[in-house]
Amino acid sequence: MSFINYSSREINCKIVYYGPGLCGKTTNLQYIYAKTNPEAKGKMISLETETERTLFFDFLPLSMGLIRGFKTRFHLYTVPGQVFYDASRKLILKGVDGVVFVADSQVERMDANIESLENLRDNLAEQGYDLDKIPYVVQYNKRDLPNAVEGAYLREYLNPTSVPDFDATATTGEGVFDTLKAVAKQVLIELKRGR
Amino acid sequence: MSSHLVLFEEEHVQIVGICDALHRDAVAKAVFLVDKNGQLLANSGETASMDTTSLASLTAGNIAATGGLAQLLGEKEFAIQFHEGEHDNIHISLVGQRVILVIIFDQRSSLGLVRLRVRKASAELAAVFEVIHTKAQQQESSVFSEITDDDIDSLFGDG
Repeated sequence: MSFINYSSREINCKIVYYGPGLCGKTTNLQYIYAKTNPEAKGKMISLETETERTLFFDFLPLSMGLIRGFKTRFHLYTVPGQVFYDASRKLILKGVDGVVFVADSQVERMDANIESLENLRDNLAEQGYDLDKIPYVVQYNKRDLPNAVEGAYLREYLNPTSVPDFDATATTGEGVFDTLKAVAKQVLIELKRGR
Repeated sequence: MSSHLVLFEEEHVQIVGICDALHRDAVAKAVFLVDKNGQLLANSGETASMDTTSLASLTAGNIAATGGLAQLLGEKEFAIQFHEGEHDNIHISLVGQRVILVIIFDQRSSLGLVRLRVRKASAELAAVFEVIHTKAQQQESSVFSEITDDDIDSLFGDG
């Protein structure tokens, strides 16, 4: 649910990065944070465990510029990927405007990817959203690793509806901004349609 | 039902006015109004040195987590939270199931006073949000229906 403030002329939208544990959701946000001008970003918050695993969420507010005189802001959130944090994941999806599914390209993480994607669909449905109808993109992360699965195989299992998808290596930033731009664009197009 | 929260000038002025009055009457350091998804709607008081965006997001996360706990216990919601610090305290409450009212106060005020003032302000805010909700449902088209693909492209430097 985006927030449109006619008084301060602002649009605020919420994008959630979803995916299995250790797929690189937090790394995506860290790269965006590192590469964004100080005036366009707020503080990045990470609620994590002592071992730096996401406990509740990461949060990064970004300003994207003006559209029809309105300041356009995106609030980026990650969910905790580990299976047992499902209750927290559901909470973070509340009011979401767009979703990025970050897949781990490593062959041994395929089952975890598929499980997480099904979990995303179920948790969205519980909040009254249909994954096939909301702004949604897929990112295949860790493309640089030697045990990465072929793109066609990932696509077949993780993107059967052929939404925009991107190869990425979040540690070096490859594909990170392409992914963000694609989902942000879809969110604005939805806003235009008056969803 | 509209899927967006739309705030117009008139209601924005009203909620800021209510927050200002609450800030004064409760002898608070700061007052914030946040929507349940973590968007800051209004603030009043000594907020210049505070990271208001983070505060809004964390408050919403806090309320969401507490709401989850309530459901597990078979409660509808825990409508009020109070956190006591060494110097500052935070009082968080839900207004009309829609928005979150946050009061930050120190020893100049007291929990009793804050609670009393919050009760009055909550009723006023709930009435304004009823209007906001009704307006949002009646609004057929927004300025955003006129956004062009070029507008969107230029935002991302692709135009």
